[in-house]
Amino acid sequence: MNIHEYQAKQLLAKYGVAVPLEIPAKSLAEVRPAADKIAASGSAKVVVKSQIHAGGRGKGTFKSGFQGGVKVAGSVDEAVSFAEKMLGQILVTKQTGADGRKVQTLLISEGAKIKKEFYLAVLLDRANSRPLIMASTEGGMDIEEVAEKHPEKIFKEHIDPAVGIQPFQARKIAAALGLKGDLFNAGVKLIIGVYNTWWECDAAMVELNPLAVIELRDGKEIVVALDAKISLDDNALYRHKDIQEMRDLNEEAPLEIEASKFNLNYIKLDGNIACLVNGAGLAMATMDIIQHFGGMPANFLDVGGGASKEQVTAAFKIILSDPNVKGILVNIFGGIMDCNVIATGIVAAVKETHLNIPLVVRLEGNNVAAGKKTLAESGVAIITGDSMADAAQKVVKAVGK
Amino acid sequence: MSILVKPNTKILVQGITGSFGAKHAQLSIDYGSQVVAGVTPGKGGQFFEHGGKKVPIFDTVADAVKQTGATASAIFVPPPFAADAILEGSDAGLEVVVAITEGIPVRDMIRVKRAMQGNTKTRLIGPNCPGLVTPGEGKDSHGGCRIGIAPGYIHKKGNIGVVSRSGTLTYEAVWQLTSRGVGQSTCVGIGGDPVNGTSHLDVIKMFNDDPETKGIIMIGEIGGSAEEEAAEWIKKNCKKPVAGFIAGATAPPGRRMGHAGAIVSGGKGTAAAKIAAFKDAGIGIAATPSEMADTLLKMM
Repeated sequence: MNIHEYQAKQLLAKYGVAVPLEIPAKSLAEVRPAADKIAASGSAKVVVKSQIHAGGRGKGTFKSGFQGGVKVAGSVDEAVSFAEKMLGQILVTKQTGADGRKVQTLLISEGAKIKKEFYLAVLLDRANSRPLIMASTEGGMDIEEVAEKHPEKIFKEHIDPAVGIQPFQARKIAAALGLKGDLFNAGVKLIIGVYNTWWECDAAMVELNPLAVIELRDGKEIVVALDAKISLDDNALYRHKDIQEMRDLNEEAPLEIEASKFNLNYIKLDGNIACLVNGAGLAMATMDIIQHFGGMPANFLDVGGGASKEQVTAAFKIILSDPNVKGILVNIFGGIMDCNVIATGIVAAVKETHLNIPLVVRLEGNNVAAGKKTLAESGVAIITGDSMADAAQKVVKAVGK
Repeated sequence: MSILVKPNTKILVQGITGSFGAKHAQLSIDYGSQVVAGVTPGKGGQFFEHGGKKVPIFDTVADAVKQTGATASAIFVPPPFAADAILEGSDAGLEVVVAITEGIPVRDMIRVKRAMQGNTKTRLIGPNCPGLVTPGEGKDSHGGCRIGIAPGYIHKKGNIGVVSRSGTLTYEAVWQLTSRGVGQSTCVGIGGDPVNGTSHLDVIKMFNDDPETKGIIMIGEIGGSAEEEAAEWIKKNCKKPVAGFIAGATAPPGRRMGHAGAIVSGGKGTAAAKIAAFKDAGIGIAATPSEMADTLLKMM
């Protein structure tokens, strides 16, 4: 699960990470009082930041033509006028795709004079199953690009989960970032806080890009999480009721939300051949084989190990809600589950949804002969495939006609 | 021979009284596997009865091991309690602990992995895996050792080792082999989570050392770099033909494809990189998942 920047910063602040003065606003009525507070704090500028689950906001464009999802205003009035052009509008960035995302929340923030920008992230290193802190002096940049072109500019520190982060490890990182004096000590505290946020919240990733040294009005410099991104481990959400409440359904595809209600794992893609498969690996492989034979998969859909008739019907309805779908490939390896139960479910779903596009079914496994008989005698138009390759070729051909 | 387990391996089931654990304990008994004990805290002294067999239930794994001599376990307990169950199996000195449970928090597995570091006696397989099967000699491979949730009857005793992160894709490969009259030594599902007990490479090394295994099918998927590490080792050390398939070439980056570990992030873990590593290591690449068995058989 992903959360918004302002929510990420709320979590970080709980663990002692310094963040700028900022106030989220969900309506225009909330923008002016928020901007007033920021101005009253002594900040000469007021920053208005669109809150969506996608990067590249600053360089994004609203569908209205308004440029920039992050704007720096010189006055409260200007901040309000920016907010009017942003709130409720669709923002398109390099990460959102052409459809963009509707901005439903703005983060009203103090304008900081940025002296230095760093990158700091905590994630799992899968190679050794340990937490890894990654830091770089190249903040505000695309970190993948830095990793590729200047790997020497990325500092890595593994954490032993038995004892957690040790202060000396945070000191090594702060030193690698070139922090000195008070900023060094503040940086150490911040780095420990960022790690603890990752561990205590069961995060998959905590990323500050940038982590910044900013200059306050009185000339004093402080180190803060200027931008923050947190994604959580879905499997651990059961023990974080407060974080569950941060879920924003507006950021998720409606079909994927619908699928999750039936314990179906569905991800919409751009092709026109839908697939319905049991098992994640087989579902990925089915998408691959459709493309291998010249088709394009419309989705990933794993119905799980013990698909019921209700699940199969729900799966068909979800698949058919995608207007691009011109054909369906069902690929079931019924190891334990009875192929005949699946076949009965497919026939019922076809009748209930009045299916009028080509359907290719490949069944294999337990009680497969009875399953195939059920399909053949159902009176509904179903093309059967003998193997994955046969079925994939048949559906690609049927859709191509 | 085979790897990890033999047909006579004594199995205990942690979570045998839950619906999922009970169902698969029954299927393992039907397959002829030696299910000798169940563990459900608070139900010690009761029995799990199926097919004329009475399997004793214990409160602790330590008791079950002491009383029955079980050396392997299958874990079916729900995710919040699974890490504890794994460490209990490890503490009891089991040789093989197979965690079937899907949905264990990553943080729990990081701790488990750290706690088991240096433990040379217990091997953890999974979590979020279908388990393992060493086929038997009876009809439809009856009499083998089935730990987990794989369909037993699709197997056939023979000389091909299969290792995969995915359940149904393993069954697909096994069935392709069996349908062509080719049997398997052992089939191992290592699971689809980002932190797991046993890697592709661990299993490949065991297959390489197992005299009964003559060829290997290795099935991978997007995410992480375990396939690349296995390929590098195979290139230098493996004496046996290996064929492989990588699932997820069409998966969009940044999206988790069902398995918690199946994600391309930061440009890492792509199918293209894994396929390139396979090619470089001389691993036969199945162009489609329909050709996994044929690709290996052509090499042998």
